[in-house]
Amino acid sequence: METSLEEQFQQKIDQEIKIEPKDWMPEKYRQTLIRQISQHAHSEVVGMLPEGNWITRAPSLRRKAILLAKIQDEAGHGLYLYSAAETLGISRDEMYHQLHAGNAKYSSIFNYPTLTWADMGAIGWLVDGAAIMNQVPLCRTSFGPYARAMVRVCKEESFHQRQGFESLWVLSKGTDEQKRMCQDAINRWWWPCLMMFGPPDDESHNTIQSMQWKIKRFSNDELRQKFVDMIAEQIKILSMKLPDPDLKWNEEKKHYDYGKINWEEFWQVLKGNGPCNKERLDTRKKAWDDGAWVRDAATAYAVKKSNNQLNNSNSVYANLH
Amino acid sequence: MQTFIRKMFYGDYGEEKNTASESSSGNASTNEWPLWEVFIRSKQGLDHKHVGSLHAADAVMALENARDVYTRRGEGVSIWIVESKNIHASSPDETAALFEPANDKIYRHPSFYDLPDELKHM
Repeated sequence: METSLEEQFQQKIDQEIKIEPKDWMPEKYRQTLIRQISQHAHSEVVGMLPEGNWITRAPSLRRKAILLAKIQDEAGHGLYLYSAAETLGISRDEMYHQLHAGNAKYSSIFNYPTLTWADMGAIGWLVDGAAIMNQVPLCRTSFGPYARAMVRVCKEESFHQRQGFESLWVLSKGTDEQKRMCQDAINRWWWPCLMMFGPPDDESHNTIQSMQWKIKRFSNDELRQKFVDMIAEQIKILSMKLPDPDLKWNEEKKHYDYGKINWEEFWQVLKGNGPCNKERLDTRKKAWDDGAWVRDAATAYAVKKSNNQLNNSNSVYANLH
Repeated sequence: MQTFIRKMFYGDYGEEKNTASESSSGNASTNEWPLWEVFIRSKQGLDHKHVGSLHAADAVMALENARDVYTRRGEGVSIWIVESKNIHASSPDETAALFEPANDKIYRHPSFYDLPDELKHM
């Protein structure tokens, strides 16, 4: 019996055969991936903004060099991901347009402010830690270009988390004021980090289909739990506390129980009402607009040069005759 | 005889991708820089391998951007860049027919041959 294209597609997925850009795919698979990969790319790009503020304020040359390298990586990660999305038939300009027009989402975490230097450590340890939790399974996602981009991203991301922990570790052994700063940053970033994994499974409408297509390999709640279990142990080394009175080890489940997440806050930030949504988007748009003359100049130069080449080769041709 | 290789722009991208010389072709979404594919030799003695793509106005910029995007940690000793529109690819729809001639020629593999056990090192 003949199988439909859709059945053949699902069979490939079930056999762990990667889907490549020119293969047949259901339109919804394509659209889901364009949405997910472009949101992921936007998150890398907007994710540079909260950190940019601290480049000139880093406490030492070493920290400054590290922060610059991390931010440069994030630009690179955005570029890998935009390229992967482009293989699905959307243009780079269209994705930028969606971001700048406020129609595209990016990770809600970047709409929170970075108030002290300790936030750079907390972002590395917690935000990048949560991102890695999400990204490692994506290295095996069913769409080839996305999986390959994620392998590259994950290789580079590990230093981001380690430098963050190291930075907090130094603060945690410092003066009382440094310790307070460290605890304060953890307090502010903890809950928004838990929200990074997305809504609870029973409210996440895309999860079931995405799992069937093996775009996602674990549900939001599964990944969130893994993250809590990891951080609850690591924070002991810092001698700091997570701001959750309900956090405790559950011997029966072999997992940490944790308190209720304020989902109302999550939806508000996602809708654009977070503390920095407007500022982030404005900064991003300004960077794009201010760079327009550079892009135009480069294009004009390239056109002029290729015209010159054309003219030169014409005159050589003329001389031959 | 049927020709399987036909002109197709790079397998991973659509043919609508614009090029440096055509880059000002009207509608708002097509004034972006052309797309380039990046190939990197990770060390002497190895082939250049495709690592990804990027946009750049010309070849010089593409090389510099490739260095910044794809070799931040010493991943390469040499970079090739080629404009994506210059890559021709086989069609996935014809994969079966294109590679079929190799399928029934198992005698091309050394394990096909039944040799006496006494024969060493062959």
